[in-house]
Amino acid sequence: MKKVLILTGIIAMLLASFAIADDVVKIGVALPMTGNISSFGQMVWQGVELANEMFPTVLGKKVELVLGDTRSDKTEAANVISRLINLNNVVGILGEVASSNTMAGAPIAEKYHIPLLSPASTNPLVTQGKTYTSRVCFIDPFQGHVAAVFAIKNLKAKSAAVFTDVAQDYSVGLSNFFIKDFTAAGGVVYKEYYQSGDQDFSAQLTDALSHNPDVIYISGYYPEIALMAKQARQLGYKGPFLAGDGAEAPELVQIAGSAVNGLYYTSHFNAEHPVTKIGQEFVAKFEEKYHTSPSALAALGFDDYLVMLNAIERAGSTDPVKINEAIRSTKNFEGVTGYITIGSDGNAVKSAVINEVVNGQFTYVTTINP
Amino acid sequence: MDIGLNALIQNIFNSLSLGGLYALIAVGYTMVYGILRLINFAHGDIFMMGTYFAFYAITAFFLPWYLGFLMAILITGLLGFSIEKIAYRPLRNAPRISSLITAIGMSFFLESFAVVVFGGIPKSFNVYPKFFSDIILIGQSRIPLLTFITIGVTFFLFLVLWWILYKTKIGLAMRAISVDIPATSLMGANVNNIISTTFVLGSAFAAVAGILWAMKYPQVQPYMGFTPGLKAFIAAVIGGIGSIQGAIVGGFLLGFLEIMIVGFFPSLAGYRDVFAYIVLVVILMFRPTGIFKIYSEQKV
Repeated sequence: MKKVLILTGIIAMLLASFAIADDVVKIGVALPMTGNISSFGQMVWQGVELANEMFPTVLGKKVELVLGDTRSDKTEAANVISRLINLNNVVGILGEVASSNTMAGAPIAEKYHIPLLSPASTNPLVTQGKTYTSRVCFIDPFQGHVAAVFAIKNLKAKSAAVFTDVAQDYSVGLSNFFIKDFTAAGGVVYKEYYQSGDQDFSAQLTDALSHNPDVIYISGYYPEIALMAKQARQLGYKGPFLAGDGAEAPELVQIAGSAVNGLYYTSHFNAEHPVTKIGQEFVAKFEEKYHTSPSALAALGFDDYLVMLNAIERAGSTDPVKINEAIRSTKNFEGVTGYITIGSDGNAVKSAVINEVVNGQFTYVTTINP
Repeated sequence: MDIGLNALIQNIFNSLSLGGLYALIAVGYTMVYGILRLINFAHGDIFMMGTYFAFYAITAFFLPWYLGFLMAILITGLLGFSIEKIAYRPLRNAPRISSLITAIGMSFFLESFAVVVFGGIPKSFNVYPKFFSDIILIGQSRIPLLTFITIGVTFFLFLVLWWILYKTKIGLAMRAISVDIPATSLMGANVNNIISTTFVLGSAFAAVAGILWAMKYPQVQPYMGFTPGLKAFIAAVIGGIGSIQGAIVGGFLLGFLEIMIVGFFPSLAGYRDVFAYIVLVVILMFRPTGIFKIYSEQKV
């Protein structure tokens, strides 16, 4: 009799938990909240949280965000995505930021047919040959092209030292696209290499500076860019730096100080120049909530959430396969970083912004359309 | 050719400053190993804690930088003392593999502790006076003042260590313990005190290295101790683990190797860690006792 009671109790509890589970839509968020590029994770999370506050429901149900910390690590990114799918039963996942990390998690999302929507992984390989992996940002062939054109036309550069982080697919890809367009336009390139987590770049910089380059292009992430810029200035380099969207984080300025003045970078968004109506609303709401102006990654996090929500709405169900189809047929969706159209290849086509660090502020320079 | 010579001089100073830091960390590894035959994998994380202590002593307690650094060194020494007492002492007579696993556990603990308490986001270590970053011109090479300070501090500390080991009673006891613990205790030396002193000294060295490291690469984060710790371990093995001279020579050798490989073969720069590991493998294959062999008679 006692056993039956306990069993009934357990079944009742299980049913109750199903009933609760039915009332929410679970969306997983896989972000680097700690570790080397934790600032990226924190910024994207700010955007996602704000979006969730402004739009807390979908299909009449409450959205529940399940955050997993990838610790800025490829292996851990795969673990987190696997955990979100198998343990938390999410219907879709937002993340990761770094291309290498998204690529580590993508095969798992593919296997379980769960849509993985990256806010900021720009390497073309992230979505190549994938069905369930998509993104809301532009891709690196475009970003590298924009940087090369800017270096030649605006910075009047004829030679460039290009620093590549060999541990990051993002950096390897972006450097190649920059070099291709820069040399095609007659520029000379000196290649230098490093690895994520390196802190000493004195030897590479000594070699690069012996060629007197007009510009230093660094295609990696902000922790290394900050240290490298500082060491380059110590070695007497006075010219401009050029970088990709991996440069934008408050730590860049906090760590490098005045060394990064004169650093230009290609990006997705600038709070001084929101291009859409929801963009203006986003900037206002963001400043109200966080008392600081939003970064490009916060904007992408916001868009990532909105595109996912919009896809669930259009799919009319929480079936991950239908959500995925809806994500890949997103057309002219008004986001913060522009009007987002995601093709059947999972890539978004959008304009790029060029910003410059002026006295420690990320200042708008120009917008370049694809 | 002029540029080549300048680059070479620049790279020699780059190597000296990197090598000095490796040597400072490696000394802590080797001292503990020499005495307990324990590879203290938490050493890199003690180094990390040292930089955080310095950071907070200055930013949260508003100490002037020299007092802040001094406090950080003392507190890190205390941390080393506590780690030995809490984690390693109860296992002193356990199989060596147990202590090794405890050391790895301690390393994870310190990293997670730092993530929870200090936060996972890198902090900027801009708490030292600006004159450290002043540039000194040698020919056309530009050497930051910090490089000279690093080299100077490194050699000064080695002199201090040499003095402790060879001119003081506790140093004599340390050397005795590294040969035979039971025999030393039979001679009336307090083994626990001496082992504690070793941990305090090693950790204080790690704190100094951490502060110098953070001034050179002004970024403090919970996992920052991992790579330098591993490199210093390799340096200690190259030199002959257990030998102080070995750690110093190994540290500088590794520093030169890393910088010069990049200096002469820039295209290999992304893989420079690999060379450190290759050297480790080669040393372990052909001269497992390192450059400075520790002569020890087989105890029967």
